[in-house]
Amino acid sequence: MTGVKVNNVLGSLGLGILAILITVAIFAPQIAPYDPHDTYKWMERPSSEHLLGTNDVGNDILSEVIYGTRVSLFIAFTVSITAIIIGTALGLIAGYSSGVLGFLIMRIVDIFLTIPRMVLIIVLAAFLTQSIWNLIVIFIIFGWMMTARIVRSEVLTLRSQYYVDSAKMLGGSDRYIIWRHILPNVVPLVVVQFIMEASHVIIAEAGISFLGLGDPVARSWGTIFNYAFEYPNIILSDAWMWWMLPPGLCIAATVLGLTFVGYALEERLNPKLKTVVGMEA
Amino acid sequence: MILKISKLKTHFSTPDGLVRAVDTIDLSIRERETVGLIGETGCGKTVLGLTITRLLQSSTTVKGTIIYKETNLLKISETEMRRIRGDEIAMILQNPTTSLNPVMRVGEQIAEVIRLHQGLNKKDAAEKAIKMLGSVRIPSPSQRANEYPHEFSGGMKQRVMIAMGLACNPSLIIADEPTKGLDVTIKSQIIKLLKEVTKEKAMLLITHDLSVARALCDRIALMYAGELVECAPAGEIFDAPRHPYTRGFLGSLPRNGLVPIPGMSPSLINLPQGCRFHPRCANAKAICKRKHPGMTEIEDGHFVRCFDA
Repeated sequence: MTGVKVNNVLGSLGLGILAILITVAIFAPQIAPYDPHDTYKWMERPSSEHLLGTNDVGNDILSEVIYGTRVSLFIAFTVSITAIIIGTALGLIAGYSSGVLGFLIMRIVDIFLTIPRMVLIIVLAAFLTQSIWNLIVIFIIFGWMMTARIVRSEVLTLRSQYYVDSAKMLGGSDRYIIWRHILPNVVPLVVVQFIMEASHVIIAEAGISFLGLGDPVARSWGTIFNYAFEYPNIILSDAWMWWMLPPGLCIAATVLGLTFVGYALEERLNPKLKTVVGMEA
Repeated sequence: MILKISKLKTHFSTPDGLVRAVDTIDLSIRERETVGLIGETGCGKTVLGLTITRLLQSSTTVKGTIIYKETNLLKISETEMRRIRGDEIAMILQNPTTSLNPVMRVGEQIAEVIRLHQGLNKKDAAEKAIKMLGSVRIPSPSQRANEYPHEFSGGMKQRVMIAMGLACNPSLIIADEPTKGLDVTIKSQIIKLLKEVTKEKAMLLITHDLSVARALCDRIALMYAGELVECAPAGEIFDAPRHPYTRGFLGSLPRNGLVPIPGMSPSLINLPQGCRFHPRCANAKAICKRKHPGMTEIEDGHFVRCFDA
C-alpha cells in the first residue's frame, strides 16, 4: 500500500499548531514585544513598532493576543483536565460498582445532561464576579458528564472480560483490578474526550467572553474580540483587520489543531475509520 | 485430605424461580490427587468451581461446608479469601485467548501474581515469571516474557495461563476446561504439560471431555442436574460404569458409536420428581419416579446414585 495516510498528516499538522500555541503561551513574557497593560498612542495602524497596531486605550494588540493565548489555553486545559479526571473517576466507580452508587451517579449525569449548558453558563457567568477562576469552575461543573458516561459504558464491557475474572481468581483486589486492568484500557478513550472537551471549552470561553462576561484583567482572545467589537463602527474602519481578525484566527487555529489531533487519535483507536488517499475503498 | 466439600448447595434466585445449580454435593480431594468433574453443559460444574473460590455474586445462597486444609472457606472474610486465591488455590480458566490482558506484557502479568502474594520486588518477580514461562515449556522465555498476548498462539496462551496459575506454587488447582478451543495436537501437549506440572499437586479438573479426564484423572465424578451421580476411580468409570447416565455419556463418544442420550437435561429450576435422570433413563422403574436415590457405596470407593446399581 502506497497511499498517504491522510489523518497522519492532519494529526502532525494539528500537533504542530498546538505546539506553537503552547510555546507562545508558556513564553509569552519573552515573546511579547510589550507589556499588554502598557499604554501607547491609541488606535495606531500597524507599524514596525506595533506590528498589529494599538487598541482604543493604547495597548499593543500583538502583545495582548500573545498574552491572550496564555489565558485561553490555561482555561481550556485546566477545565478539560479537571473535568476529565472527575468524569473518569465517576465513570469507573459507576461502571465497576454498578449497584445503587452507580445508579445514582448515572442519574446525576442524566440530570446534568438535560440542563441546557450554554444558557446556564451564560446566566451563571453573568451573576458571578468576572474572573477566569469562576469561568473555570463553571465549565468544569458542566464538562464531566460525557466522559463519565463513555467511561462507564467501556468499564461495563471491560469488567466482564475474562482477564478481569482471572485476575480476581488469582487474588487481585478491586482496587488493583481497576488500576491495573481497567484504567489502562480506558485511557485511549479518555484522551480523545480530553481533546474534544478542550476544543469545546475554547469555543465556549470565547463565546462567553465575547458577550462581555470574561475577565477584564486577564484578557483572553474572546475578550479582545469583544472589546474590538464594541468599538464604535469598527467594521467600517480598517481596524478590524488587525484588532478583530488575529484573536479570531487564533481561536480557529486552536480548534482546528485540536480537531486534527482528535481525528488522528480516533482513527488510531478505531482503524475502520482509516482514510487512505490513492486506495479504492 | 486437602479439600472436603460436604452438603454444598449453591442456589440462585431468579425471577423465574430458584436455580439449584449445585444441589447437595459431597466431594473430597486428597493430596496430589486429580479429580475430574464431568457433566453436560449447564449441569453446574463451573458454578461448583466458582463456589469453591467464592467468586459468585453476593446474592447467591451457598450452604454447606468447604474445608480447605483446616479452614472452612465459606466462613472466612473476603480479605483472607483473596490471600488464598492464587496463592493456595489457583484457578485456570477456559478461554486463554481472552483471559490475558491485551495491553500488558505477558511476563508482567505473571509477575503481578507473584508480587501480590509473595511480596517480591519487581526484578525478582520478573525473573521468577521468566522461570515459570520456562517451566511450561515456552521456548526462549526471557524474550517471550516481553511480548504481548496477541503475539502468542492459542496453545501458548494456555501455557501462559497455566504458568500464571502455578506461579505461587498453590496446593490446589481448579482447571475449568483447560483444553477448550484447542486443536487435537495442542490439546495433547497441554494435557501432557498439565500432567507433568500437577504431579505434586491436587487438582480439580472440570471438563466435559472424557479423553482429557481419562488422561489426567485419578478419580472421576459425574455431575447431572446439580448433583453427583457417580464417583469412582477413573479406570472403573471407563471399564465398569454403573449409573445409566455414565453409560449413556460413554456411549455417546464417537468411538463407542455416538449414541446420544435421549431427551434433554432438565432445567435447574424445575427438577423432575424422584431420580433426576429417570425421564431419560431406559431402565426407569416405578420407584425411580417417586423416590430420590441417595449416593450408595457399591464397591470400595465407588459411589452411585441409582436404585438399580
